[in-house]
Amino acid sequence: MIDIGYDAAHLLGALVLMTSFALLYQRRLFSLLNVFTIQALALSGAAAWQAYAHDEPHLYITALLTLTLKAIAIPVALHRIIQRLHIERTVEPALGIGLTMVAGVSLVTLSILLVLPVTENATALTREDLALSLSVVLLGLLMMISRRNAVSQVVGFMSIENGLILAAVGVAGMPLVVEMSIAFSVMVAFIIFGIFLFQIRERFETLDVRKIESFRGESD
Amino acid sequence: MTPALPTMLPTMLPIVLIAPLVMAALLALVPNWRLASWLNVGACAVTFAASLALFTAKPAATAMLVLDAFNVALIALTAFVGLTTAIFSAGYIGHEVASGTLNPLRLRFYHAMFQAFLFTLLLALSANNLGVLWVAIEGATLTTVLMVSLYRTAASIEAAWKYFILCGVGIALALFGTILIYLAAQPVMGPGLAAMTWTRLLADAARIEPNILNLAFVFLLIGYGTKVGLAPLHAWLPDAHAEGPTPISAVLSGLLLNVALYAVLRFKMLLAANGAALAPGPLLMVMGLSSLLLAALMLYRRRDIKRFFAYSSIEHMGIIAFAFGIGGPLANFAGLLHMAMHSLTKSAIFFAVGHAVQIGGTQRIDGIRGLTVSHPALGWGLLAGVVAIAGLPPFGVFMSEFLLITSTFARQPWLGLLLVLGIAVAFGALVLRVQRLCFGAPTGGAPIHGTLLPLYAHLAVVLVAGVWLPAPLVAWFQAVAALLG
Repeated sequence: MIDIGYDAAHLLGALVLMTSFALLYQRRLFSLLNVFTIQALALSGAAAWQAYAHDEPHLYITALLTLTLKAIAIPVALHRIIQRLHIERTVEPALGIGLTMVAGVSLVTLSILLVLPVTENATALTREDLALSLSVVLLGLLMMISRRNAVSQVVGFMSIENGLILAAVGVAGMPLVVEMSIAFSVMVAFIIFGIFLFQIRERFETLDVRKIESFRGESD
Repeated sequence: MTPALPTMLPTMLPIVLIAPLVMAALLALVPNWRLASWLNVGACAVTFAASLALFTAKPAATAMLVLDAFNVALIALTAFVGLTTAIFSAGYIGHEVASGTLNPLRLRFYHAMFQAFLFTLLLALSANNLGVLWVAIEGATLTTVLMVSLYRTAASIEAAWKYFILCGVGIALALFGTILIYLAAQPVMGPGLAAMTWTRLLADAARIEPNILNLAFVFLLIGYGTKVGLAPLHAWLPDAHAEGPTPISAVLSGLLLNVALYAVLRFKMLLAANGAALAPGPLLMVMGLSSLLLAALMLYRRRDIKRFFAYSSIEHMGIIAFAFGIGGPLANFAGLLHMAMHSLTKSAIFFAVGHAVQIGGTQRIDGIRGLTVSHPALGWGLLAGVVAIAGLPPFGVFMSEFLLITSTFARQPWLGLLLVLGIAVAFGALVLRVQRLCFGAPTGGAPIHGTLLPLYAHLAVVLVAGVWLPAPLVAWFQAVAALLG
């Protein structure tokens, strides 16, 4: 028997994870943003499907927020920032691409090994969603570590948040309060990031975080 | 099933929360910074008075807010330090405006953020819902990031960026832990708000799947532990303390670290109540001891006075985490006492440091000399604060450290040795630095802006607590220590 509800949810969750991998090896900032948009679309789809399949209408709001904020508003805004500030459009990751991919695969293995044994009593969908979302979170962390560029760190941070929303959506009946707050905090976080991007640009002429990290604040 | 929880507390708790929230909005609109700084003090005074009234009220927990023996004292402490810091801040910013480092527009923003920050702290302390707790701590991160970058210097923006990235990731991991807790509780309590409510979770803790709780706790410890500044997640803390305005350093050390630790302890209580889950103690002990030893050694190489005392905060948060890790009535008692004493003493030190930096015109320790000669009241106040934080009698920090050391030696002698070693190493660094700061030929003669009242008020409380703890207070500390398991 084919369970469409399960398969579709699974497919969308896996798509989010796939895009996380794709984020890891993008060298050009614009394609990074495009991949992030796809991830946000997949996440929004996953939330909407969960709302439909499990009859939890509040998840439609989550889906809508993800769609408007993360798939449309934020990528557009980051596009404009990159253009207006003439930021270098290609970035070399600090780790090699091959190495990053190996690390990524091991992180996914780790999260599956971590999540599946402890959640034996939960439903299959919840368990797998949780394993997927932990992978997305860890891959986001990896991306923040392996990229020195401030824009890619912002994208890495937001993909971590995507992973968290995937987890919150996958757990049945999670109260709306939390999702609203996540969406809200993403927005606030983005505003702050935006301010920072401008100021870092103003001060350092480049968005390369490596350059400001050389400043230790303590000269002796 | 318990009956549906009422949604409002018929007590002063709403005032404690609403006063800072309303003032945050209002202060954003006040263009006169001098007026704003005194409105800031007034708002904090109202909050503090309302928080004192909480001691007599015994409200039932609601779905969103809870008041119990554990958080009521922390709420009062937070409101108190908020008030004294506001008084200190009024004098401090007077000097900053006079010297041209801050303009009125930024100050408007600063005052609004100060109240918003207090609101998030008080909300985190009184939250009965895991989601609300998380949102509040996230809010505290955002407001402090904005305040750390207030000076807009390269160093302050870098510090704020580092703070934001590290604590943002920490906060994200904490949310994952929160989701896991809900996942664990949801089969027992059914979907909905109940499975995210402290009081309900604690009542039903024994029936929750322990394995998921274990995994959740690891995420929560790393997540909120980043905000506590526990090694190896402490990298943001010295920068954020050193580059922001000094009143913010005082509330970061005195309040924010405590609130983050409070969140960790709440989850520790949950694990303890479950029984079958892993013992969180050893994790806290390892992180606590490594923070203590690392920070104690790092103290020797600091050249910046605010950075120096920031490392001292890491050291003390390590001691407190260790105390709660070792557990038991006596160590928990010591941990609670130390939380309160460190908060008061460290913010007092930052008040003194703020004045000293403004007098000397530099944050370099080499640039500040002979304070007891040039400014006796300030110099001796700073000296008393450092003596207190170094753990010497007759101050309260001595008492809590003494209690902790004796109870550690009674149960884990080897760990007791490490603890004493860490405290002794830090003591050496403090003595070394404070000598030059307070004695010798003075380097600056500029007058002090503002009052030293907050400094001496804190020192007086710490001194009294070291000499004599009133019996009701002891009984209260013991009750909470038992609650923590």
